[in-house]
Amino acid sequence: MSEVLTGKSFVHGDWACAEGAIAAGCRFYAAYPITPATEIAERLAQRLPRVGGKFIQFEDEIGAIASVIGASYSGQKAMTATSGPGISLMLENIGLAVMTEAPCVIVNVMRGGPSTGQPTGGAQGDVMQCRWGTHGDTEIIALAPQSVQEMFDLTIHAFNLSERYRTPVFLMADANIGHLYETLQIPEAKGIEVVNRKRPTEKPGEYQPFSAGPDMVPPMACFGDGYRFYATGLTHNEKGYPDMSVEAQDRLVRRLCDKIRRNADEIERVEEHYTDDCDVLVVAYGITARSALSAVKRAREEGIRAGLLRLVTLWPFPDGRIEALAKGIRGAVVAEMNYGQLVREVERAAMRRVEFLPKLGENPHMPEEILAAIRRASK
Amino acid sequence: MTLSTQIGLNDQRRARKYRVKVNEAYCKGCGYCIEFCPRKVFDRKTGLNAKGVNPPVFARPDDCIGCGQCNLLCPDLAIRVEEVEEHE
Amino acid sequence: MTPPGHPHSKSLRVERLPHIWCQGCGLGIVLHAYADALEETGVDLDKVATISGIGCAGRASGYVNTDAFHTTHGRALPFATGVGMSRPDIKPVVISGDGDLFSIGGNHLIHAARRNIDVLVICSNNFNYGMTGAQFGPTTPSETKTPTSPYGNIENPFNLAALVAAAGATMVSRWTVMHPIQLKNSIKRGLTKKGFSFIEVITPCTTGYGRLNRLSPLDMMRMLREKGKIRKVPPTEAVCDPAREIVLGDFVDVEKPTYNEVFETLTHRAGVAS
Repeated sequence: MSEVLTGKSFVHGDWACAEGAIAAGCRFYAAYPITPATEIAERLAQRLPRVGGKFIQFEDEIGAIASVIGASYSGQKAMTATSGPGISLMLENIGLAVMTEAPCVIVNVMRGGPSTGQPTGGAQGDVMQCRWGTHGDTEIIALAPQSVQEMFDLTIHAFNLSERYRTPVFLMADANIGHLYETLQIPEAKGIEVVNRKRPTEKPGEYQPFSAGPDMVPPMACFGDGYRFYATGLTHNEKGYPDMSVEAQDRLVRRLCDKIRRNADEIERVEEHYTDDCDVLVVAYGITARSALSAVKRAREEGIRAGLLRLVTLWPFPDGRIEALAKGIRGAVVAEMNYGQLVREVERAAMRRVEFLPKLGENPHMPEEILAAIRRASK
Repeated sequence: MTLSTQIGLNDQRRARKYRVKVNEAYCKGCGYCIEFCPRKVFDRKTGLNAKGVNPPVFARPDDCIGCGQCNLLCPDLAIRVEEVEEHE
Repeated sequence: MTPPGHPHSKSLRVERLPHIWCQGCGLGIVLHAYADALEETGVDLDKVATISGIGCAGRASGYVNTDAFHTTHGRALPFATGVGMSRPDIKPVVISGDGDLFSIGGNHLIHAARRNIDVLVICSNNFNYGMTGAQFGPTTPSETKTPTSPYGNIENPFNLAALVAAAGATMVSRWTVMHPIQLKNSIKRGLTKKGFSFIEVITPCTTGYGRLNRLSPLDMMRMLREKGKIRKVPPTEAVCDPAREIVLGDFVDVEKPTYNEVFETLTHRAGVAS
């Protein structure tokens, strides 16, 4: 079985995500079964031993994420997938990944919450959790696929971002996309861009594991490379040693956050439809964006100048683009499969109130609901 | 003539001598070396080190048998035991 | 800068000494034994990863001159599992305390032993949670007064050696810091052996457990010498009770395929990628 399964197939989102990981070069996966992400683990349990990779099912999600960080620090591209309850368990170690700048990908196939919630029902209720869930000041990157194709493509993109910026990257799929069957086109391996982390060029003894240049991303030595580095979750200096001074905390937290904030222009990705001249701006992501696009097109047929901004990166949040688009609009509509999360960011960036369409309980918005809101907003 | 004199033992044998070096800057004054030395070669220094404790002083070098307990039991890796070469 | 000619300049980050541990803390003795074992076995120090959890024992990784990582509380073993699986040429060594390994980390510990992950675990057991101020932990003797058991500890302690052996460890030893040569030898054995190797080291916590129980550092060390009894017994009979006796020795030393070794068979069962 080849590593990249080039060709066309009819598969579900979880399967596509697993194949995207393999295509990106992921060769370590730590599993814990949880609906609706289990299929990612099951596909990789089959595939990884066949492509020289490693698969392990842990006793819990905390073990899974801890081992992903260990594998990342051993030079591997590593991933784990779970749902809301699993992310809740993993949050402490996600903070460790941020603090030690360990590249890794964490997939959340979102289901109804809070708590055990509706395991088989899709939702978008964890989009604030991935941003703020771990304690302290952190920045993360989160991507929201809206199709099976994007489950493949954005998983590769997630790995590339994690390697480039030495940060955990979340893939935030709703369960609807995770279990949706659609056509997937996998390109030739040589057509897939794969980014690898920067390695140190200094000799052992001269290398400082957390010393960075203008891009604020330190080159990464891994276990066994001969660098004898030290990394800790404690606040540390450029040598990696614990440093409890005021200056060290200020310097480190700023660099870890600015690493993402100052590179946000390169990281942020949105997709726009009919936004050049829109009076009503619709903002949506994931499966909701598909209904929203349908609604926007129908609104245009009715003569309403509606436009859609689809968030492909949820975080960093595209403040600048929303602020620019919000100038001169009559109204805005945000639809999410939750009770009000990213809408707050939209209102903040747009500096205006919007009409919010919540959706609780597994079914995505129907285009008609969004269209009705667009009509209201256009008056 | 004793057996040892017959085989020339007393002429050639010399008891090994050891030198114990204490790194006073590391010492935290726990006293394990003083207590657990089987030959009680250490005394407490009367003066304080920079940490404000009394480090040990290697008071009876001739009694030292070089067992290394002081080196192994020192929690601060502050003690070294060296054999004194014959010519020293 | 490394002071020239320091006896442990190969295996320790001597520029970071003196260490932060308290007067009389047994961790310095454990660190020394580990350093000696690393040098005497002649293992390639580029291929050792020293991994620790949170707690006083967890600070040990910062003094060792190998690749080293300080994880979150209780998670050293799954981290080490990720390392060992990704780089089977690297030997992970976990140095941590009784609380980190057996309380919050207890679940990961028993599963890592069950899987026979190739790792050497050096567990410093000082009968309390030292770093946070001597609260009781999973090995604190019953009735001990601590800040979170002000009327006496109403819980019963684990027997760590027995627990780890029952979980499937292939090497189980217990020593105290009053037995530094035997400790070093067990560490040497664990460094060169494949499989889940566990060494419990009874260490005095002078400012925590000791102070609260009105035991001076010397009192505790004398107690370890007096109560420590070397016996060849099954791990279930290896009593660890500072009031009665602390049975010491090498209780388990067997060979079983490691997780990595068995994982290799999956590659053959699955068929290798063309």
